[in-house]
Amino acid sequence: MAAYLVRRLWQMIPTLLGVVLLVFFLFKYFGSDPAVILGGLNASQEQIDSIREQLGLNKPVWEQLWIFIKQIVTFDWGKSWATNESVANLFATRLPATLTVTVPILVLEVLLAIPFAMAVAAVRGSLTDRAVMVCTTVAVSISLLVYVILAQYFFAFRLGWFPVQGWTGNHWTNLTTYAPLPVLVAVLVSLAPQIRLYRSFFLDEIGHDYVRTARAKGLTERTVLLKHVLRNAMIPILTNVSVLVPGVLVGSFLIEVFFSIPGLGRELLLAVNRGDYPVLQAFAIYLAALTMTVNLVVDLLYKLVDPRVVLK
Amino acid sequence: MTAVLTSSSPSGGVLAASWRRLRTDRVGMVSMVIVALFLVLVLLAATNLVASGWQKEVGVPNAPPTLLGPQPAEDTGVIATPKGPNVDLSDIDPLAPRYAEWAERAKQFKTEDIVKSETLPLGGDRLGRDVLAKVVKGAQVSIMVGLLGAVVATLIGTVLGALSGFFGGKVGDLLEWVYNVFTAIPYIVLLFSFAAVAQHMDLGGLDAAIGRSSRQVLMVALILALTGWTGIYRLIRAEFIKHRVREYVRSAEAIGASQWSRMFKHILPNVSHVALVQLSLHVVSFIKSEVILSYLGLGVGVDQVSWGTMLSEAQGELILGYWWQLAAVATFMAVFVTAFALFTDALRDALDPKLRGLE
Repeated sequence: MAAYLVRRLWQMIPTLLGVVLLVFFLFKYFGSDPAVILGGLNASQEQIDSIREQLGLNKPVWEQLWIFIKQIVTFDWGKSWATNESVANLFATRLPATLTVTVPILVLEVLLAIPFAMAVAAVRGSLTDRAVMVCTTVAVSISLLVYVILAQYFFAFRLGWFPVQGWTGNHWTNLTTYAPLPVLVAVLVSLAPQIRLYRSFFLDEIGHDYVRTARAKGLTERTVLLKHVLRNAMIPILTNVSVLVPGVLVGSFLIEVFFSIPGLGRELLLAVNRGDYPVLQAFAIYLAALTMTVNLVVDLLYKLVDPRVVLK
Repeated sequence: MTAVLTSSSPSGGVLAASWRRLRTDRVGMVSMVIVALFLVLVLLAATNLVASGWQKEVGVPNAPPTLLGPQPAEDTGVIATPKGPNVDLSDIDPLAPRYAEWAERAKQFKTEDIVKSETLPLGGDRLGRDVLAKVVKGAQVSIMVGLLGAVVATLIGTVLGALSGFFGGKVGDLLEWVYNVFTAIPYIVLLFSFAAVAQHMDLGGLDAAIGRSSRQVLMVALILALTGWTGIYRLIRAEFIKHRVREYVRSAEAIGASQWSRMFKHILPNVSHVALVQLSLHVVSFIKSEVILSYLGLGVGVDQVSWGTMLSEAQGELILGYWWQLAAVATFMAVFVTAFALFTDALRDALDPKLRGLE
């Protein structure tokens, strides 16, 4: 276990280094001159030159890369160009809002998809099954945007069940008042593909010999499905959930943008529109590192759930 | 006695066999026809044969669809017109001597009164542009971005996957590293970073060469391709690793086939079905991404129309009760994407019969 952990952490280093290089050179060679963006439209040549001097853009590339790496390691990204807020502070204040939305989404979509998929798998081949399959195919074909627009219009604007959008400083109010609509939309959107996937896991298990044996010894269909099939199908389902878990960091970026939730996602879009390179670079690198860490933790947990898994 | 080996029915090639299997799939054939119709529409729109006038304001603002009939006239009230002749101002009006001259000049020009229609087939937007024309033109942009992006992503993924899978070793390690780097950054962050860089890029030269609007389409497709090739790379690599040790490849090696020839003449045709299915899966996901990018203002420019820009307009219109633009875009997109997805399923079943029935 310890050896595995060390090796996985060791393997993360070249990947992270690659991420740093990718981000650095992407913005360095393909992005436009930061000094010009910072100077704004009315900047004179002298002003641009002095900004360039301040940012160290006159130094050789390798020296700039070294400064960049030092910034990453010391967690010192300086300040956002647009708002002068420190990037570290930006992360710390935006992450809670993101988690308030993403964690309920993840929990709900998994808890709802399993019984639905099981119910559909139980009546496989029937008209209901085929109708559900057609509905899910159509449902995944509609853009997320359409769902958001319609949900905001009907549930918030017309029926007034939820506020259209909003956010406060109070976590509890956020969770009970402002988060439900975005969570509802996101869960509805992701339910269709999840049901399809889990249904295929269940069908896969139903075809196995142990199911036939269980039926042959006279167990009811209910017991077969709930006791035997469900437990075995939980393995691929958990694998799938483990793929979804890193999504709690970034999965709801679009939902945040549409519902004006002050989370990481909206901040990212603002940074893109403002050409706020320090924020973008910090996001890309730290989110990559966080995602890798979450993946590692999930792999370790997976071993706990299924003892047959061998960590290589 | 001589046994003559004859086959009762010529088997044809792999593609012919796949085509025979595809033809028996009714859902697949219907969706293929729908996809083909859309592609014809895209071609017609691209050559300006249809929907070239999508920017013309042909209807009254927010004209309803024809089925609903015109909007009820607003109650504007009546202003009483004063009776009696106009007051003669000519003695104090400094412009009076020139009125006759101006009237003469004005006669030389023809003014044309455009009658703005009260209703349009699928309604009009807030400027009175025809939603039907817009949705067709938008289909052209969105589908072209999706197709182009998917083709480029498949090319990148296939070539890199082939190199990595076939050679392994140092080349494989290097490409695996690149793959790990690209997948380490969450997809949406990667996409936004590329979009941010592209937005602030200086591309005046390219603009001059192929025109601003084609450049924007090209950029969005490239952004999607450069961020979306990783899945294809992984699958193609696995296929190449599997195939490079098979007998037919070893035999080819034995008779002196070069590495390139083995890679692209022997193995590639045998794994091309994977690439083809991935290509069509990516068309669907890239169209969805393009819609979201354009909605956020990171996609095609404001002087163009795509399904994404239409949806962003539709959001505001819906609050005012003008739902037709939203309905038109959502329907067009859902029909195309559903048909394409079903066609992809059928294609996969036809190309790889082993997979039939699996989800």
